[in-house]
Amino acid sequence: MRVGFLHSLIRKDEKLLIAELRKRGDIELVFLDDRRLVFDLEARPEVDVVLERSINHSRAMHALRLYEGVGTRCVNAYEVARRCGDKILTAASLRDNEVPQPEARVAFTPESALVAIEELGYPVVLKPAVGSWGRLLSKVNDRDAAETILEHKSILGSYHHSIFFVQQYVEKRGRDIRAFVVGDECIAAIYRTSEHWITNTARGGRATNCPVTPALADIALRAAEAVGGGVLAVDLFESEGGLLVNEVNYTMEFRNSIDVTGVNIPERVVSYLMQAAR
Amino acid sequence: MSECPVCGAEVAISDDPVEGELLDCEECGAELEILALGPITLGEAPEMEEDWGE
Repeated sequence: MRVGFLHSLIRKDEKLLIAELRKRGDIELVFLDDRRLVFDLEARPEVDVVLERSINHSRAMHALRLYEGVGTRCVNAYEVARRCGDKILTAASLRDNEVPQPEARVAFTPESALVAIEELGYPVVLKPAVGSWGRLLSKVNDRDAAETILEHKSILGSYHHSIFFVQQYVEKRGRDIRAFVVGDECIAAIYRTSEHWITNTARGGRATNCPVTPALADIALRAAEAVGGGVLAVDLFESEGGLLVNEVNYTMEFRNSIDVTGVNIPERVVSYLMQAAR
Repeated sequence: MSECPVCGAEVAISDDPVEGELLDCEECGAELEILALGPITLGEAPEMEEDWGE
């Protein structure tokens, strides 16, 4: 079987997946560096399946669309990348499927964003629709901060910073949960603990094992299904009213979660890929 | 080992290097990328872009 490995930079997560793919005797690995690709809209690549690991959301999403357009199976699928790569589309997908999430508003001007913020009540979190690793998130505690951030975004930001995604701030008592979904199973989960309100491990959050309870597995699988399913990392808050889905990541990073959970995540991903390709 | 293109220090290369692999120079802290395998050639890794992530 020929596996196309769609990538740009190769991080530890990709190295772990490559090592796992190379262990399997029946796989020929074809590297597809998104910086060198030239797509012919009609030509099918000479691979049986594509594993998407691009670090750039825009490149990943378009490449997946083009591969699928000529009949190549991709993990994850284009539609999953589209829904997960944009927090507004993720929120809409979760809403469509009645998956619990923090209350949110979307607005398209600084003036209407201020109305949205005040409807939710301080504090709120203002997020760019596209972005990751906790970058450019703003916890807005009062009207002075709201006005300042909205003005800065509208003057200094690129056009997509004028799409305002406002989320209710959930008090998470120093931690949140990341649940790893592969196909129809929640294979592992971690707590991400930090003294900072942003708990991403990319920002210094510490990973420890989180037991996969039936309630956690249920909401993680429902969130994964809502965005189209596949190999996904579901980030959740523990609120007083129960678990809430914050985000769903489609090019999930897992390098800090293998030792603490004891689950061989790359092995599970590659097994799923093989199954999907057949 | 290979030479850091920023500071000239020796940089350790893993046993199974891959084109595009990210490395850190322990001497100057530069983030590097393996540009070619035969022989190993290192360059500075690209700057983070707005849509990078998971």
